[in-house]
Amino acid sequence: MQDYQSQKPIVLDILDAHRTMPGNLLPILHGIQDTLGYIPAAAVEDIAKALYLSKAEVHGVISFYHYFRTTPPGKHTIRICRAESCQAMNSKALEHHAKQTLGIDFHETTPDEHFSLEPVYCLGNCACSPSMTIDDEVYGRVTPEKFDQLVAACKGAK
Amino acid sequence: MTRLFISRDSTALSLGAEQVVKAIQEQASLKGLDVQIIRNGSRGLFWLEPLIEVETAQGRIAYGPVQTDDVSTLLESGLLEGKQHPLCLGNIEELPYFENQNRLTFARVGLTDPVSLEDYVAHDGYRGLKNALNMQQADIVKQVTDSGLRGRGGAAFPTGIKWNTVLNAPAEQKYIVCNADEGDSGTFSDRMIMEGDPFVLIEGMTIAGLAVGATQGYIYLRIEYPHAKVALNQAIAAAYQNGYLGENIQGSGKTFHLEVRSGAGAYICGEETSLLESLEGKRGLVRFKPPLPAIVGLFGKPTIVNNVISLASIPVILDKGGEYYRDYGMGRSRGTLPLQLAGNIKHPGLFEVAFGMTLRELLYEYGGGSASGRPIRAVQVGGPLGAYLHEGQFDTPLDYEAFAAISAVLGHGGIVVHDDTVNMADMARYAMEFCVEESCGKCTPCRIGSTRGVEVIDRIVNDVQKDKNTVLLRDLCDTMVYGSLCAMGGMTPYPVLSSLNHFPEDFGLQPAAKA
Ligand SMILES: Cc1cc2nc3c(=O)[nH]c(=O)nc-3n(C[C@H](O)[C@H](O)[C@H](O)COP(=O)(O)O)c2cc1C
Ligand code: SF4
Ligand code: FES
Repeated sequence: MQDYQSQKPIVLDILDAHRTMPGNLLPILHGIQDTLGYIPAAAVEDIAKALYLSKAEVHGVISFYHYFRTTPPGKHTIRICRAESCQAMNSKALEHHAKQTLGIDFHETTPDEHFSLEPVYCLGNCACSPSMTIDDEVYGRVTPEKFDQLVAACKGAK
Repeated sequence: MTRLFISRDSTALSLGAEQVVKAIQEQASLKGLDVQIIRNGSRGLFWLEPLIEVETAQGRIAYGPVQTDDVSTLLESGLLEGKQHPLCLGNIEELPYFENQNRLTFARVGLTDPVSLEDYVAHDGYRGLKNALNMQQADIVKQVTDSGLRGRGGAAFPTGIKWNTVLNAPAEQKYIVCNADEGDSGTFSDRMIMEGDPFVLIEGMTIAGLAVGATQGYIYLRIEYPHAKVALNQAIAAAYQNGYLGENIQGSGKTFHLEVRSGAGAYICGEETSLLESLEGKRGLVRFKPPLPAIVGLFGKPTIVNNVISLASIPVILDKGGEYYRDYGMGRSRGTLPLQLAGNIKHPGLFEVAFGMTLRELLYEYGGGSASGRPIRAVQVGGPLGAYLHEGQFDTPLDYEAFAAISAVLGHGGIVVHDDTVNMADMARYAMEFCVEESCGKCTPCRIGSTRGVEVIDRIVNDVQKDKNTVLLRDLCDTMVYGSLCAMGGMTPYPVLSSLNHFPEDFGLQPAAKA
């Protein structure tokens, strides 16, 4: 785990950049997660202080939203769609295959820190279900074989 | 130079459009061919993506679905002249699926370069705004009222009435908020507009701002749509540069500012009051109504909250008049609805048609039946809170009232098809599970009721006091319908009860007589 002292200046910069923006808490949290990959627990105090909120309020916001995370993700985040259209095209089998192959459950990261696996409820790619994303790339009509190829390609690219 | 069009739409990308672009660029440069590739939106015929269109004297000739391996034979057989090839589909706009649509809101999607303001204006863009700039505020609102447009985000509330409320609410500051959370599974029309014609949304929001006197707009965009964010921000930047956003719009002295804000993966933030809480930087808890957001909305100020498609339908209404739009549709459902066909369907895609077509026509004539070739058994319309319909209901016309009459909803126009391998007890259980996952937690029937719902369904399926638990499940659904603050808890019973009523055999109960 990284120590917060090295991350703190980044957090303070982000806080500073959003100082006058109305409704700035979500943009700030996005800014931190985009840069650091997650929102370190120790950052909550700095955020609360800058926004005149209690630590509990900031924590309450972070925990309300599925997208925000407080632990570092793996090198690549895989999100598999669990919603109805994908279910109609057998996403259950894909989910099962992904968990087996990576050896982890949803919300977990592989021991080699290569992949994190997250559920997602619709990617708007329902016309080509089942769907998943790796980082910001969307993939449609994903079969278990295609999943293996994509994962292998990620590993190949370090 | 020959112009080729290859989509930058997420779904096209998800099927390899980017690789096809690369392959063409490489091979064309090796062969010394002079091509320009324009990244358009998608025509919405997703079984044909990645699709290539080439501009010829005979119109745009299409080829698809194209994989990288096809590129060399395509180029050899004369792709750039629109010549024959096994993948050639002819003139795209003459395909029956395309020709039979009424493309009002989606008129430009797939046709133009989404982020070229020049292209937008050349294809009738900003004509609605031009008219609006010369009109009284009340007259703009009147056009919207006359059009009969009802909110496309789910609740189908008349847009004109909402605008009128905000117009008449006295305040120093008002806001236009675009609900781009599109959380419903099986829906992608908002995404397609934002990726394929972002200016039409920007124009619609600008007109809304003029109409009610709001100078600031926000697009609340779900985090799952990174490509839409890029396209919107590119288009917003171009609109600012060309005097279509900001101060003194087109020399009129009017001001409108616009900004995209990202959500963070919460379905409930699609509910309008929860969305406003989220925009204010809080947890997305649903607010009690009244007061309505139109009176006390974002930061306590009068606010229009409208869906993407509602706002994107405004430019054509202001360009051609409310009556032009109203002449499409049936009964009290006026204009067009971009229907989204997904799930187990042979020809999935987006079809914009006037209200009134039957579901059967859409499923079989446009959709071509199931993808698996097996019988279609259950169809969920209107997202995860929508009812499941059985074959006996497929002749229902796509119209808000006709759907309400069979205890179903049209919602955002998303249609998810399941073949006969589906287990409807599983789908009912999933609906409850989704509510557990996505409830904002403010009220008990929704927060706790959904958890109990999962357990009760498990007991029914596992044959534990089946009859008693079936009664209990109905009771619980009743409590959720009448005791929930918003439609999350209040409508989760729709998919659950429709599964139970239409497909009891999947719960191990006596089959129903199907009407
Ligand atoms: C649980 C829930 C989720 C919703 N999700 C969305 C959504 O993703 N997009 C949307 O436009 N409206 C959604 N709505 C409807 C909005 O609350 C609201 O009615 C709509 O944004 C108003 O815009 P319209 O009048 O243009 O439809 C949702 C409602 C509920 C209860
Ligand atoms: S019904 Fe559910 S989501 Fe809606 S306000 Fe109540 S707890 Fe929140
Ligand atoms: S349901 Fe999976 S992408 Fe929409």
